[in-house]
Amino acid sequence: MNVVAKTETGRALGEAFAVVRDRLPGKGKIADRRREAFDAYERLGLPHRRIEDWKYTDLRALMREVLPLAPLPDAAALKRAAGAVTAHAIDGVVRLVLVDGTLAPDLSDLGSLEKGLSIRALREVLDSGDGELSAQAFASDNSNPMVALNGAMATDGVVIDVAAGTVLSKPVHIVHVASGAAPVAMFTRSLLRLGRDAGATLAESYLAAEGAKAYQAHDGLVIAIGDNARLDHVRFVEDTVDAFNISSATVSLGAHAHFNTFGMTTGGHVSRYQLTVACAGEHSKVETNGVNLINGKQHADTTLFMDHAVPNCASREIFRAVVDDRAHSVFQGRIIVRPDAQKTDAKMMTRALLLSDDAEADNKPELEIFADDVTCGHGATTGALDESLLFYMRARGLPEKEAQALLIQAFVGEAIESIASDALRDVAIAAAQRWLAARG
Amino acid sequence: MSLLEVKDLQVRVEDREILHGLSLTVNPGQVHAIMGPNGSGKSTLSHVIAGKPGYEVTGGQILFRGEDLLEMDPNERAAKGVFLAFQYPVEIPGVTTWNFLHAALNAQRKARGEEEISSPAFLKKVREVAKSLNIPQDMLKRGVNVGFSGGEKKRNEILQMALFEPAVCILDEMDSGLDIDALRIAADGVNALRSPERAMVVITHYQRLLNYIVPDFVHVMSKGRVVKSGGKELALELEESGYAQFEDAA
Repeated sequence: MNVVAKTETGRALGEAFAVVRDRLPGKGKIADRRREAFDAYERLGLPHRRIEDWKYTDLRALMREVLPLAPLPDAAALKRAAGAVTAHAIDGVVRLVLVDGTLAPDLSDLGSLEKGLSIRALREVLDSGDGELSAQAFASDNSNPMVALNGAMATDGVVIDVAAGTVLSKPVHIVHVASGAAPVAMFTRSLLRLGRDAGATLAESYLAAEGAKAYQAHDGLVIAIGDNARLDHVRFVEDTVDAFNISSATVSLGAHAHFNTFGMTTGGHVSRYQLTVACAGEHSKVETNGVNLINGKQHADTTLFMDHAVPNCASREIFRAVVDDRAHSVFQGRIIVRPDAQKTDAKMMTRALLLSDDAEADNKPELEIFADDVTCGHGATTGALDESLLFYMRARGLPEKEAQALLIQAFVGEAIESIASDALRDVAIAAAQRWLAARG
Repeated sequence: MSLLEVKDLQVRVEDREILHGLSLTVNPGQVHAIMGPNGSGKSTLSHVIAGKPGYEVTGGQILFRGEDLLEMDPNERAAKGVFLAFQYPVEIPGVTTWNFLHAALNAQRKARGEEEISSPAFLKKVREVAKSLNIPQDMLKRGVNVGFSGGEKKRNEILQMALFEPAVCILDEMDSGLDIDALRIAADGVNALRSPERAMVVITHYQRLLNYIVPDFVHVMSKGRVVKSGGKELALELEESGYAQFEDAA
């Protein structure tokens, strides 16, 4: 047996799991999986800087402890959450609201779904004993401690199925809300499956009710995209400035499938998004784009693992970070091209813009190529705003802040332009403009 | 009161003094040419008038309608009516020309306490100006100067000059990088903007440009000073004899 010295907080969490495990949905095999996941987490503990993947995001130093599990939201919590949901509403979507880690049916559009779309609460799926589905929702990597912890503790989430051949007319929008009465942790896990030839748009937002206490959002998303199906995915991290958001998404693509994803982080004190994408079918196509707009003492980490396992697939990453004050942006992008994955076309470009002397950006692109007939490349740049451009713009009458704002918008624009949905692209542009306006 | 008055201007860049007491007076309606060899300080003068960072003014004054220009930010100078046409206009990827011009014009109007101009009104105005300068509409939709030829970049500078209607235009080496046809188009654009209220300061190394934009006054700069001033015939004289005589004089 592996013996690891436990920290105080490690012990506290172990006791907490013992207390809450009977409250968690799913018995039998699911309970066994939770136990295994929790054991895996306990062996590793909160990740720290001596683990290569977590070098820039040392959760032992930044987070120190996992907060107690959030209670089921009461009427007051739901009311507070509803206010936040309204304030961040996106028109024309099927909205699914998770409050403190629990699906809130009254705030969600669960009735009269279009044909070919099915939505269930994860809690119900786990309690129903659907072994295959439960196994898929929990098919994740216990070697990653935070994914393992999520698997052990997940209280609820949504299971979304889009039937073969169905192209959804409206985006599905999962809204994670912290009601914020007490400092707690929420653990959610969701599953999205697209059948062959299906098409869907998924948006995700992370937010909190006004005046929310510091909280932790731990989310896990599992996505399976069938042959010749297409998923457009957009996520907005708009948590409060003292919140933690530790999320992961695990995506697999069938043959001729297409996955276009965009993430924007403007909120949260510390956020880490671990995206793992596997091209499992030939001729699949992946576009992974993202923008960080952070200031103050924010820390935002996007860690991407792009796995090319089969031939003839293409992947593109465009990532832009704008970092002000003492904020810290991290982008780690690892592309692996396995021996069979000939004719892979993979390119990754990350750029960071530092707006202050104390801002920090770490870019770590990694290519591991085991096939010999591939086109792969990556580039990374970090710099300040170009003084000669600023002077030109000021000489035309634009005050310095306005000139900077135009250049920053242009800088993040290339990544934002990649969003396929006009409505969601507008949401991203508006979020960037709000951030710029708040700079003054 | 003069429109633009440069008095005994002394400017340093890092440890080196570039301008050693330069004076120049410009009144409405006048076109002044400033000529001189490379390194004489012509471009430094234009940059300091526009407010480019990196220059230290160690002595002298620049007054614009009697106000101290050196106390103003570059954007304030623009709003007051000072325009610099750049020798090398920068490219700004991701910011459309259209959007940039609209934002800049409104920033100037706001600074002057005027009402902002709406998108449709701006569109109409910019279309008219673009047409008069033979600038195709699609250039306005592209990133500022991105992928523009040398001639297109200079025409874009003149477009801005026409749009902002400044009181004084400083044209910094407008002829650099232009072939003779592109030069003629640019010069026609500038000539169309000559008016009794507006002054121009044309900075150039070569006399050629002055065949197209005929100045009222010519000043020869050498080693950071104006060493000789005269009428337009001075430019022709320079073309014959070169700058060497003035380098000795300085």
